[in-house]
Amino acid sequence: MNSIVTAVVSLSGLGLVFGAGLAVAAKVFAVEVDPKVEEVRGALPGANCGACGFPGCDGLASAIASGSAPVNGCPVGGAVSAERIAEIMGATAGGVEKQVARVTCGGTRCNAFEKFEYAGIQDCKAAALVSGGSKACSYGCMGLGTCVSVCQFDAIDIIDGIAVINPEKCTSCERCVTECPKAVIKMVPYEQKVVVDCNSKEFGKDVKVKCTVGCIGCQICVKACPFGAMEFENNLATINYEKCTNCMICAEKCPTKAIWADFASRKKAYIHDEKCIGCTICKKQCPVDAIEGELKAKHTIIEDKCIGCEACAKKCPKDAIEMIQTSKIESKNLLN
Amino acid sequence: MSIFTILLSSILVNNFVMSRFLGICPFLGVSKQVETAVGMGAAVTFVMAIASAATYVAQVSILDKFGLEYMQTIVFILIIAALVQLVELFVKKASPTLYQALGVYLPLITTNCAVLGIAIMNIQMELNLLESVVHAVGAALGFTLAIVLFAGIRERLALADVPEAFQGFPVALITAGLMSIAFLGFTGLI
Repeated sequence: MNSIVTAVVSLSGLGLVFGAGLAVAAKVFAVEVDPKVEEVRGALPGANCGACGFPGCDGLASAIASGSAPVNGCPVGGAVSAERIAEIMGATAGGVEKQVARVTCGGTRCNAFEKFEYAGIQDCKAAALVSGGSKACSYGCMGLGTCVSVCQFDAIDIIDGIAVINPEKCTSCERCVTECPKAVIKMVPYEQKVVVDCNSKEFGKDVKVKCTVGCIGCQICVKACPFGAMEFENNLATINYEKCTNCMICAEKCPTKAIWADFASRKKAYIHDEKCIGCTICKKQCPVDAIEGELKAKHTIIEDKCIGCEACAKKCPKDAIEMIQTSKIESKNLLN
Repeated sequence: MSIFTILLSSILVNNFVMSRFLGICPFLGVSKQVETAVGMGAAVTFVMAIASAATYVAQVSILDKFGLEYMQTIVFILIIAALVQLVELFVKKASPTLYQALGVYLPLITTNCAVLGIAIMNIQMELNLLESVVHAVGAALGFTLAIVLFAGIRERLALADVPEAFQGFPVALITAGLMSIAFLGFTGLI
């Protein structure tokens, strides 16, 4: 019993002495770490995913604090963390728009045709080696789920033969983008409501026999876009997201429905009567002549024509135009 | 054994790295540049010298006195860990560049078998305090000698046209083996 007591006492005594000594040494040799590094580290999401190109969040934090990385260096944290970091660093975030990955292919089992039955390894990279995969279209999503296996955030599902990415779960780490052997996954702004869901660079004739929802290069969308946001290159229409106003005209006009649009979230302009001074500026801006009203008289929106492009709302000098979701306008009319 | 014999034997004949397999981890890990190798050698020398003195005192005044010899390992590890922590704090303050260069190998001195080895060997060889410290300094200088020579060779190897299969670690390990043969030549010096 006695030996146990001496052992415990002597060892804990040693521990206490060393502990106290180290505490003193830590004070004496204290190094002032830039407090910004820790603050920035706190504002980062801490997933250590490496999407920024630095070794983990700590690496990015010290790079931001030392000024060698931009405050919006973290694509996962998005605008929220960029703003907080900008506050710490005393700079402006420069508005990073959150980007999400999207599989730009609509070739589900019923839409796209197969050229043979693939029974090999269930992996896109493996399948791509066998004459470019079983899909007739060599640009489309093969739906074998290589992106699903690399996604750390469980944001991708294979639905009806193609990969579908949940924008709510996507953190824009871009792993799927780099892994996809078909390069069919693209980064799209989170707010974007219209996307060309086709990746085929073949001529329209060839696309037609391979897929019912492919871009056939008719360029109807290019002509229809009132804002010049549709670009056409390599037999494929693409949207310039900087110019796009989400008016969804292209999606309406597309003969093969290759352009996806979230029609449910489509907005309509609504003019507040009490604010409108009848200056006709909005009328001149409207690309579809959906505004009527004489000079000095209250203007009204022709709802059937309005495409919700916001061109009028942006120019109105009196802020009399509000963009409201279609469903809400109906309830507003009911109230009135 | 005279002080000089102890010193010479621990530096050359019984070189810790080359003929006793002790302290291999930093020997391979921090030997890409001569400069950091010297820093590592200095840190290990400091820790080993202080550790052997402290462990000797602990052995005589605590372990032997209270019949706690069976606690030797844990007490020694405690002492070494505290010392390494001290060195780490000091290096961080004194030379941030060296701190960056040593990286994870600095705290790894805690579990460096060369440090624990010297402490236990001193007791086994029944050396007194002065002899213990000299033995430790000699062994640490031997370690420093080996790691600096090795780093010098590796610096040149980095520029050499090494066959593809040997590039990187294989050629480093082969070099270490050849160095060990060279150190065998000191056998019989004393």
